[in-house]
Amino acid sequence: MKVKVTVNGVAYERDVEPRTLLAYFLREDCGLTGTHVGCDTSSCGCCVVVMDGGRAVKSCTMFAAQADGHDILTVEGLADGGKLHPLQQGFWDQHGLQCGYCTPGMMLTAYALLKHHPTPSEADIREGLAGNLCRCTGYQNIVKAVQQAARGGQP
Amino acid sequence: MIPAAFDYLRAHSTDEAFAYLQQHGAEARVLAGGQSLIPAMRFRLARPAVLVDINPVRDLNVLRVNGGVLEVGAIARDSDIERAPWIADRRWSLVHDVSRVVADPVVRQMGTVVGSLCHNDPAGDWTATALAARAEVVVRGKAGTRTVPIDKFLVDSFTTAVSEGEMALAAHFPVPDDRTAGSYQKVERKVGDFATAAAAVQLSLNANGTIREAGVALSAAGPCAVRIDEAERMLAGQKPTAELIRAAADAASRRSAPQGDLRGSVEYKKNLAGVLVARGLRQALARLGVQA
Amino acid sequence: MSTESKPGGSLGVAMKRKEDPRFIQGKGHYVDDISMPGMLYLALVRSPYSHAEIKSIDISEAMKVPGVKAVITGKDLEAAGLGWLPTFHGLDKQMVLAIGKVLFQYQEVAAVFAETRGAAADGVEAVQVDYAPLPVVADPFASKTDKVILRPDREAKTNHIFHWEVGDKDGTARALAASPKRISQRIWFQRCHPAPLEPCGCVAYFDTMGRLQFHVTSQAPHVYRTALAIVTGIPEDKIHVMSPDLGGGFGNKVPIYPGYVCAIVGALKIGRPVKWIETRTENLTSTGFARDYHMDVEIGATPDGRVTALHVATAADHGAFDAAADPSKYPAGMFGIVTGSYDFPTAHAEVDAYFTNKAPGGIAYRCSFRVTEASFAIERAMDILADELKIDPVELRRKNFVRKDQFPYPSRLGFTYDSGDYHKTLDTALEALGYQALLKEQAEKRAKGELMGIGFSTFTEVVGAGPSKHFDILGIKMFDSAEIRIHPTGAGIVRAGTKSQGQGHETTWAQIVGEELGLDPQNIMVEEGDTDTAPYGLGTYASRSTPVAGAAIAMAARRVREKARKVAAHLLEAGEADVEWKDYKFQVKGVPAKSVTMKEVAFAAYTNMAQNEPGLEATYYYDPPNMTFPNGTYVAVVDVDRETGEVKVRRFLAVDDCGTIINPMIVEGQIHGGLTEGFAIAFMQEIQYDSEGNNLNTNFTDYLVPTSLETPHWETAKTITPSPHHPIGAKGVGESPNVGSPAAFVNAVVDALSPLGVRHIDMPVTRDKVWRAIRDAEARKT
Repeated sequence: MKVKVTVNGVAYERDVEPRTLLAYFLREDCGLTGTHVGCDTSSCGCCVVVMDGGRAVKSCTMFAAQADGHDILTVEGLADGGKLHPLQQGFWDQHGLQCGYCTPGMMLTAYALLKHHPTPSEADIREGLAGNLCRCTGYQNIVKAVQQAARGGQP
Repeated sequence: MIPAAFDYLRAHSTDEAFAYLQQHGAEARVLAGGQSLIPAMRFRLARPAVLVDINPVRDLNVLRVNGGVLEVGAIARDSDIERAPWIADRRWSLVHDVSRVVADPVVRQMGTVVGSLCHNDPAGDWTATALAARAEVVVRGKAGTRTVPIDKFLVDSFTTAVSEGEMALAAHFPVPDDRTAGSYQKVERKVGDFATAAAAVQLSLNANGTIREAGVALSAAGPCAVRIDEAERMLAGQKPTAELIRAAADAASRRSAPQGDLRGSVEYKKNLAGVLVARGLRQALARLGVQA
Repeated sequence: MSTESKPGGSLGVAMKRKEDPRFIQGKGHYVDDISMPGMLYLALVRSPYSHAEIKSIDISEAMKVPGVKAVITGKDLEAAGLGWLPTFHGLDKQMVLAIGKVLFQYQEVAAVFAETRGAAADGVEAVQVDYAPLPVVADPFASKTDKVILRPDREAKTNHIFHWEVGDKDGTARALAASPKRISQRIWFQRCHPAPLEPCGCVAYFDTMGRLQFHVTSQAPHVYRTALAIVTGIPEDKIHVMSPDLGGGFGNKVPIYPGYVCAIVGALKIGRPVKWIETRTENLTSTGFARDYHMDVEIGATPDGRVTALHVATAADHGAFDAAADPSKYPAGMFGIVTGSYDFPTAHAEVDAYFTNKAPGGIAYRCSFRVTEASFAIERAMDILADELKIDPVELRRKNFVRKDQFPYPSRLGFTYDSGDYHKTLDTALEALGYQALLKEQAEKRAKGELMGIGFSTFTEVVGAGPSKHFDILGIKMFDSAEIRIHPTGAGIVRAGTKSQGQGHETTWAQIVGEELGLDPQNIMVEEGDTDTAPYGLGTYASRSTPVAGAAIAMAARRVREKARKVAAHLLEAGEADVEWKDYKFQVKGVPAKSVTMKEVAFAAYTNMAQNEPGLEATYYYDPPNMTFPNGTYVAVVDVDRETGEVKVRRFLAVDDCGTIINPMIVEGQIHGGLTEGFAIAFMQEIQYDSEGNNLNTNFTDYLVPTSLETPHWETAKTITPSPHHPIGAKGVGESPNVGSPAAFVNAVVDALSPLGVRHIDMPVTRDKVWRAIRDAEARKT
């Protein structure tokens, strides 16, 4: 079936099997490999992307067909030309990543969180990121990264 | 983990969705949030030949108070409730509590309340909540649309009053009065886990401080979430005291019939059920300004 | 803490990581990101039984599935001489695809190659295998009886794999018998799994030159290349292993897995690239697990708390094959570190390993080769001893610490600890903690029946494998290497034999070079993981990178500096002997005004080198003279909810001593990560099998990884006792927090429950276990 999705402002139209998960559609059919797959039970959040400007979704738990006609933001769309998004800058400045595998999903969950909750407390951030797993950082610097982004990028 | 192949049908109206379901019967499943269905499909535990995607149906994307009832349409997301501007009102405290602990904060942005009720996992959160809050489910069938009280709606594990070819359209939660508060107490091993035990409590007080009505339900306590009517009867008409709370908690513990599993033994879960009902009652009362 | 690096002076700088820009922009290059024209997908058929004969495998239906190109079984591999693979320990082999029978649930049985992921999954479903179940051996104690022999393929028809021991058996037995006080405890370190977020996988293809191009999630790419050459017979120059960005490793990506071999065979047979990416379920159920040591610990002591003797006897559950990736002469790894930070007059440790019907492995999860097991055993046992003697567990430790003046300290179990100041590290922790105030609070809470616990772990661990006279993997000695080349304009490249999986080598290796050569680390490129270009190394695991490759880098840089000095002498018109390296410059001795920078020398090395060798590069293969011994004091403060059994970690303080610190920000990040893993192990992780060998924790809904909400806040501090034998005094740190923290957590919980008479509780410390321990203790009182 034909599926047409706007990803990071660019329209992608592809012919895929209905059972194609959005995560694989993005990675393989659109060639955007920044969205990762880390589990098979919707537990890890490595696959999170943002739909229609503000809804964080686990793209492994959604069919590409469901995204037809919608806007998807992936990690590749966070930077504005050469300028890093405050979240990206925050993760870099605060050492909020080590292996980098959870990072795209983590930033996009934080992106949606900050849209709805621009000044979150540490507890709000920890609660808001609890759908994303990280094995490397122990979350502490991830929290600092999101706090930096919430401060408008002031380290 | 790739699902088995299926045919995908996209519905743009309730009528269209219903027609697809009538046409394909047992071979079709509704795709709403998909947060329970898709994982099952990825493990090939569910293999529907046809998926009917109802996400585009605007009429089902409803979350509003209408005529004494909160209408939660089939596409209303857990997170819509979590973020609703009116959710901080104490009359909605049970629903508010649960909207923050279902699954995880990302899954909640796609997951739906009605989907959760239709899925009827023994350890689901919305089912126990619906029982304590006396909700009803609107179901469309061949004979038309009917409203099913939640007690009758939940039949058995993963089985509800929605039959082949039918679809649930909405859940209706009665709007509580302003002397009502609730609490959802969930013990989970980590965020995203199903409950080890959970208690949903909603209390309405009379002007003189006695309990007018109590809703007490448990999740992860049997094949379906279960209303503890013994506890509810015990509480109704009474002044809230520590002894009363303990008695109601004991009733819940006795009634709890959980499975022993990796989350805990039967003994532990039964004990926990009582502990959580007691804590839920105390918190609901505290929200109403009552110390017991 | 300085964050700006500058030419020279880059050690100890918390500079931002150089590798981050690609990760934060989603441009990391992980193996599943690779796509090639004509690429096939490999999916594996796996056994639902834990022990069964394979009566037949029918692939006919699978071959009819649209998109399926080929299906191979163990018989096909056997015919090609690839039925079995040597394990890294070298003394056993494991089936690639099952031959004759299956030995653990989820064992690989057949390989399906198809055009799409979906077709491969459909093909797997369609393969029909007829199994005849056999009796299951579910634990090492049942295995020991040899009632059911699991490995008839082995020469010795027994489930007993090996007996290993170290120390003074008779002397320790006598000392224990003569000790006025003794404790004895069975301490089990449960089976768990490292679960990096990126599962294992590979892309294999044979190029037009007949070379195997093998992209694979490997922590040890050179070892893979050599092992594959030996196993497949493909000449080693025709094998190119590339380990791209790895989404975590934690020891999970050290072994060679059946999926890798099947992918290579498929690529060769079919003539198309083959991609194999495992699912999370496959990762948890079939790849290298960690731990599963049942340890009987006995400590003897005087009534006033001086330890007299230590004996540990361990039953090790190795699963169906001995795939514990230990150095070959060390089947129980570095378990001899079990005397920990204490000066035991005599000690004896022994390990007996057994086959069971479970997945193979044992060495993984930031474990430093069984050091985690040893550390947990001794730290838990010391607390039990403290309880027996009614002595404060801190005082008991202090009394028995190896003293600063005893270093280098020869332990009774064969290690020579390089350096440490355990008393200082402990005191640093106690002060930061406010220990006396906490004790006071605890007494007040106890009077009210509240359960608050304080738990210590004062661990010493051993990393940096290792000296060639002791250690090898498949015969290859455990040195490591560095190759440094400085360019005309003063930038450069360093290639090492290690392979980062998030530890930040692209930054820290550049910092070492920057420090040694007075160059800006920002302009030192770091490469790892490509066997065509990187010098031979044993890879990254067990915290060996900084101790071994870090040393190689420093030494290679010093060789570069020596060459540079000759060119500098020419530029300075001085004799070589009159030129010294001072303040990050070459100076004429006694005439500081006559100096040249390394940058200037670099240019001259290419343009004006006179009679010296042109260019500026050097290589160093470093054979460490000893292991290194990072250590620390960890403290957990917990509050226990009586009614629910929930343990809240109120505070956790980690004081680490890992010697010289290259990048404090990266070290702190490693500690946060390792503590989070230790927390998970202590409270929620276990790979359990039931009596039929069914794996009960097969995915992330039941194998639990803590989220940001459960994970405590970590307080970190340090003491610095450099390693005397390491070129820059560094010891390594990645594994320490996982090694040291589980005991701190469990000691804290037991301390909280000690007024009820509880002395030990098994990990994972679940709510049910805590609730039950409280309830049982209260029942005993009535």
